[in-house]
Amino acid sequence: MTKTAYETVVAARSKDKVATADLINNIFSNFTEFHGDRQLNDDPSIVGGIAKLNGTPVTVIGTQKGKNTAENIERHFGMVEPEGYRKAIRLMKQAEKFKRPVITFVNTSGAYPGMDAEYHGQGSAIANSLLVGMELKVPYISVIVGEAGSGGALALATGDTVWMMENSIYSVLSPEGYASIVWKDSKRVMEAAEDLKLTPQILLEEGIIDKIVPEVVDQSSTQNLKNMLIAEVERLQRFSADELVEKRHERFSKF
Amino acid sequence: MQNKFSLPTQDEIVKRLKKIPEGLWRECPNCHEKFYYRRAGVYEVCPNCGYGARLGSRKRIKLFCDAFEEWDKALATDVHHLDENYKKKLAAGIKNTHVNESVLTGKARIGNYDFAVGVMDSRFIMGSLGQVTGQKLAHLFQEATKQHLPVILFTASGGARMQDGIHSLMQMAKVSDEVARHSEEGLLYISILTDPTTGGVTASFAMQGDIILSEPKTLIGFAGRRVIEQTINQKPPKDFQQAETLLKNGFLDDIVERKDLKAYLNNLLDLHSDK
Repeated sequence: MTKTAYETVVAARSKDKVATADLINNIFSNFTEFHGDRQLNDDPSIVGGIAKLNGTPVTVIGTQKGKNTAENIERHFGMVEPEGYRKAIRLMKQAEKFKRPVITFVNTSGAYPGMDAEYHGQGSAIANSLLVGMELKVPYISVIVGEAGSGGALALATGDTVWMMENSIYSVLSPEGYASIVWKDSKRVMEAAEDLKLTPQILLEEGIIDKIVPEVVDQSSTQNLKNMLIAEVERLQRFSADELVEKRHERFSKF
Repeated sequence: MQNKFSLPTQDEIVKRLKKIPEGLWRECPNCHEKFYYRRAGVYEVCPNCGYGARLGSRKRIKLFCDAFEEWDKALATDVHHLDENYKKKLAAGIKNTHVNESVLTGKARIGNYDFAVGVMDSRFIMGSLGQVTGQKLAHLFQEATKQHLPVILFTASGGARMQDGIHSLMQMAKVSDEVARHSEEGLLYISILTDPTTGGVTASFAMQGDIILSEPKTLIGFAGRRVIEQTINQKPPKDFQQAETLLKNGFLDDIVERKDLKAYLNNLLDLHSDK
């Protein structure tokens, strides 16, 4: 049975949703986390580093929500600060240097709306993530795990291939934000969710994403995602760097 | 008893007041100083604080370019299947700006230098980044790459256009990609951030210029003030998203007054010319 848009929103935000750190630990081996943007800070809302996927070295980057209130406060509920985007950019450039494929896991309601985030150039950081992501000379796969809202999500979702988990959403802004702008009433989330066309099914039909990934809930569904990633990395590795960039260009220019 | 200076009656005062044309006095939206409209001059700048009033895209071209030839003039959103509200907003935008979308694009000249130009207009659904806006901008950079021209882009936007949903978001990636391709050819891109430049536009092509300029007192930011206030539960200072603050924090190359802009751009174009 298919879920309504609002039911998908609720499921995408469920506290039982698989954590990015668990995905990384269960899919990859030898994960080594790296920290910091080399300029100012380390943003804990972004987890990134290098690991092996079925023996192939890859760079993994993901937004990480907390599993409890304390961790959520530390990680800003997975809302990324400029330093987080700059860490992601640094890791992407590093992946390019060592010719490692990049895999991103996105679960963020958006970039963090804070005063320091503005002072430190939130707009500039996202703008540069887009430039680096679109021009990346290695295979790039983006998996939307839970919520993906606004430019803050897009910054990590310009892959050659973009997938969404069954219980995930992707939209230009949050349903609450949409409702408060359109009807000046942030409680009309249900209608907003419908209007925003944010479910994986609709986005697949519209060609925004390439595949829906069965929800990761246990060992076998984790193994399934792992197999999908292995196959996709192998497929993308057959293209030259220039071909990858060209194909990504074609993918996004049709929007 | 009649006063010997014969003060006008109440009715007479109302009648005379009605004869005074509207808009002779303006209030600056930045410093709230009131001034006689002519003092703003041709550049429409507040005589007190230097804030420049929001300009229409065609007016901006007239002020800063010596020649202009429009591109993609007919390109517009296909309104079949759109809801009535959005249709009305698009129609109002076209009526306000005499342009079919929130950006006007074309080829322009200052002095001896040709360049591709884009001008966003906040009077078109708040300069929001619609699908066709993105299409026009992407084409601007493609055409500039093909013709080996620099790009000068005046941004003004409330951000992504909600009505276009996810397709609006995709424009950020699409235009960024064209900016990168233009850049790879060694071509110059100057972005000029005008009031207001926010949201998805700040988080993409506005901040991707080789040279990023702004006008005095321009609002520049990613997140909206209200959202930030609700998130952090405190009021940010008045100037926290103002061009002057961004310049101090290292996100702008310069703030240029309108009266100096043409000469400033002429100099930059000269410094990047092959001659």
